[in-house]
Amino acid sequence: MTFAALADPTRRAILAQLALGEASVTELAEPFSMSQPAISKHLKVLEKAGLISRGQDAQRRPRRIEAAPLAEATEWLENYRRLWEGNFQRLDALLDTMKAAQARHKKHTPKKR
Amino acid sequence: MNNAETFQLTTPTDLEIVMTRVFDAPRNLVFEAWTTPKYLPQWMLGPEGWTMPVCEIDLRTGGTWRFAWRSSDGKEMGMSGVYKEVAPPERIVSTESWGGYGPETINTLVLTEKDGKTTITNTKLFPTKESRDMALKSGMKEGVDASFKRLEEFLSTLA
Repeated sequence: MTFAALADPTRRAILAQLALGEASVTELAEPFSMSQPAISKHLKVLEKAGLISRGQDAQRRPRRIEAAPLAEATEWLENYRRLWEGNFQRLDALLDTMKAAQARHKKHTPKKR
Repeated sequence: MNNAETFQLTTPTDLEIVMTRVFDAPRNLVFEAWTTPKYLPQWMLGPEGWTMPVCEIDLRTGGTWRFAWRSSDGKEMGMSGVYKEVAPPERIVSTESWGGYGPETINTLVLTEKDGKTTITNTKLFPTKESRDMALKSGMKEGVDASFKRLEEFLSTLA
């Protein structure tokens, strides 16, 4: 559920906003230029995943980030991403070598293409 | 040359983990680097200190593949599977299993080329949401200090 909640770019943006401090649905709807029901739907998903909770103020009902589960989820994804990005950067370098070899080959055998 | 900012790792459905990445090379070269024993062990290595001494690829429908890695302190891990669909240089569908750890997954690699650059989309399909989440979550609990072996196991499930 955590990962499904994090998969959506709007929800990630909402979390980024909440990382700056708690905010009510009205306050969140404004910067995202989304309707309040649309924001509420995303908030519900985040809340169900345990990534946000509601603050004390009964009037504003501000949402705030639940740091621990979020950190756990993003940390693993980050670890995993780092591993693969390491692979991909090695692949970038290899592809450069392959391209250079191919260019040299073409130069020496112009007819073959 | 470095397209790190194009790398995306997402979970679009309950059963999938999807990676996309752009490479500054034509599709046939990316395909070759991804499917040839000559090239794969040069880059698909995971964390520092690991090598890939086994890389067997029988690239045809029904053909099998087997990869194994070894760490500098002697740990080993491997995975294998069967090619279900091979369409160079644009698409490969294969099964993947890594021994006793976790269920068999179906991996789909799609390569598209535009203006000399290649975008790869690598989708790993799990049989159940539980197995997908397990693959994602059990790595998390280990935290940053997880052993390389453990990380490598998860790496392999998602490769």
